[in-house]
Amino acid sequence: MRHLLSTKDLDLETALGILDVAEDMADVANREVKKLPTLRGKTVINLFFEDSTRTRTSFEVAAKRLSADLINFSAKGSSVSKGEGLKDTAQTLAAMGADAVVIRHSASGAAQVLASSGWIDAAVLNAGDGTHEHPTQALLDAYTMRKRLHGDRSRGKSLDGLGVTIVGDILHSRVARSNVWLLNTLGAHVTLVAPATLLPAGLDGWPVTVGYDLDAAVDSNPDVVMMLRIQAERMHAAFFPNTREYSRQWGLDDDRLARLRADTMVMHPGPMVRGLEISAAAADSSRSTVLEQVANGVSIRMAVLYLLLASEGGAA
Amino acid sequence: MNFVIVGATLPDGKSADLFVTDGVFATEAARGATTIDAAGLTALPGLVDLHTHLREPGYEQSETILTGSRAAAAGGFTAVHAMANTSPVADTAGVVEQVYSLGAQHGYVTVRPIGAVTMGLAGERLSEIGAMAGSRARVTVFSDDGKCVSDALLMRRALEYVKTFGGVIAQHAQEPRLTEGAQMNEGALSGELGLAGWPAVAEESIIARDVLLAQQVGARLHICHVSTAGSVDVVRWAKARGIDVTAEVTPHHLLLTEELARSYDSRFKVNPPLRREEDVHALRGALADGTIDIVATDHAPHPLESKECAWDEASFGMVGLESALSVVQLAMVDAGLIDWADVARVFSSKPAEIGGLAGYDHAFVPGGTANLTLYDAAHQRVFGLGDLRGKGLNTPYLGRELPGRVVATIHNGYPTVLDGELVDAATVAADAVNYTSRNPSA
Repeated sequence: MRHLLSTKDLDLETALGILDVAEDMADVANREVKKLPTLRGKTVINLFFEDSTRTRTSFEVAAKRLSADLINFSAKGSSVSKGEGLKDTAQTLAAMGADAVVIRHSASGAAQVLASSGWIDAAVLNAGDGTHEHPTQALLDAYTMRKRLHGDRSRGKSLDGLGVTIVGDILHSRVARSNVWLLNTLGAHVTLVAPATLLPAGLDGWPVTVGYDLDAAVDSNPDVVMMLRIQAERMHAAFFPNTREYSRQWGLDDDRLARLRADTMVMHPGPMVRGLEISAAAADSSRSTVLEQVANGVSIRMAVLYLLLASEGGAA
Repeated sequence: MNFVIVGATLPDGKSADLFVTDGVFATEAARGATTIDAAGLTALPGLVDLHTHLREPGYEQSETILTGSRAAAAGGFTAVHAMANTSPVADTAGVVEQVYSLGAQHGYVTVRPIGAVTMGLAGERLSEIGAMAGSRARVTVFSDDGKCVSDALLMRRALEYVKTFGGVIAQHAQEPRLTEGAQMNEGALSGELGLAGWPAVAEESIIARDVLLAQQVGARLHICHVSTAGSVDVVRWAKARGIDVTAEVTPHHLLLTEELARSYDSRFKVNPPLRREEDVHALRGALADGTIDIVATDHAPHPLESKECAWDEASFGMVGLESALSVVQLAMVDAGLIDWADVARVFSSKPAEIGGLAGYDHAFVPGGTANLTLYDAAHQRVFGLGDLRGKGLNTPYLGRELPGRVVATIHNGYPTVLDGELVDAATVAADAVNYTSRNPSA
């Protein structure tokens, strides 16, 4: 693997490979010394043009557990916020000898532009580009599903036949896109549920079932219900009348929660808006995997950094 | 300088010798005339672009009237219409006269300024249309291109008012609210790529409104850069009803599709965006059957830094003057949809007619001003940066095999391109002075 830009171009073997390496990485967290020497001497840069403390910290923990040198290059308060563009920043990081760049950017395709530009030779890891993709989030979601299903016997297993319902702002969600492609590759059946205003155009070509009715989706016995965050800026752009109506129609409230099977997973990529897309009871129930997702995120990011930097003698 | 052009193939397919004497076509060779061997070359009337961004005044880092004129001559053009979105905006007689004068002084092509419809392109008050029409630049085409005249009442008034001066409104059809933040054609691909969609309805609804407005007030309307199959249907319907509407298509919309956005390479970011394969075919058919009247380049140069960035952050636009004829050959002529006589019409006589530019209605007529281009349609090349002559390098055709090559361009009887190379600026400027002194009214 040279870069990780999207889940659309991951084949089954590669995807399972990442998930299996993440199993090994998870074991490190259970040791007394939570650290491997694998990436000693490698420099990983967290290049965040958008704020995201959670994802940035997760990559930071992952890199440090592998003994890489991790440098945070955040946009706020740096030359990036003074108008320096992607090109100059990339060339600066290249001159500093970065081996991998973890990039978060508000523009779709920014990670791909960085990887194909020739401005920098480092491995590029997409940590979220605009409304396009967020591949490590999808990988950690798949890992979490597999772990709940198969526990210690997860290695090598796909998600064949699993029914996953993703609910909310699909249109603007990079998490949804990455999940759709990866879950499909892993054999799961994905259903998208949202008001028509929050669904992308041309869904016919996507490997999904589309619905508008969350009650029908809840009653169709899903194995996983993944709730997406509703961002504040959507509330004033006529995507839906108001938060009360959204919550009533597409929120996972206590009543809908009670109608799910006891072992149905309730997932959320965070940060959650409790009371809007998810009730407090749903977020805190035993069905909820929210905290597992956070823990598994570190394992997945360790696995990806390891595969990008340690195998085949590093970035070729 | 006098010429004998030997053995050129005319647009109708016949072979003929052409004589240029003292700036006009003649029936026989002048003594001492320079001979150009045109065996195997197609002689076309000088190309006329109704939609060019020359960027001067104000954006000289992107293009100047001189560099844009050189790019045009290299592409076989002898006249361009310079869009109004400069800084200051071409919304007063002073600005359009400056653009006109600089164009005449450089002499590579006839530069005809387009006036803004509204002051500062702000879409609020009409600009000084009468003053621009009556100026030395004699403006006949008015456009807020880059922005749509979206206010229905203002558009109605503009159509009526321009009619007073015999001009035409060239509308950039883009409903602004439907395209807020838009980045590429709206469809399955925009959904997958996570780029905000520019829906076809945003173009088609404005065209539908404007053809009805033109009918209501009995005015002429020209539609810039038609890009969708639906727009073609609306224009076809309007023409069938006898509405006085003309339409243009760009070379890139005749050849390229939205699939190119998959690379997130911002050279393919343009407004209106590249559309689907079905749209490309509808546009080709419409140009062939006359529903779309002309090809216009929408040559839109940008400095490197406006394109070396993420897609969302990049400027819209592509350069097109140098590649236009090759692309039309590839998409239309080589595809068997039109012949060279049609090319002469859609690239020269018809755009001149829409723009009110005299001297282009009959090509190669003795006594007529000699504007022509000699084109080698059999040539094949891999298009590269070396084929560009303006400041902008933002061409979508890099590395693509394109047919044809402009061998010579003659503007007002003097050469601007010979043997495939631009004539130097000082020579062209001196020839332009000579031409102007002989034709003081031009």
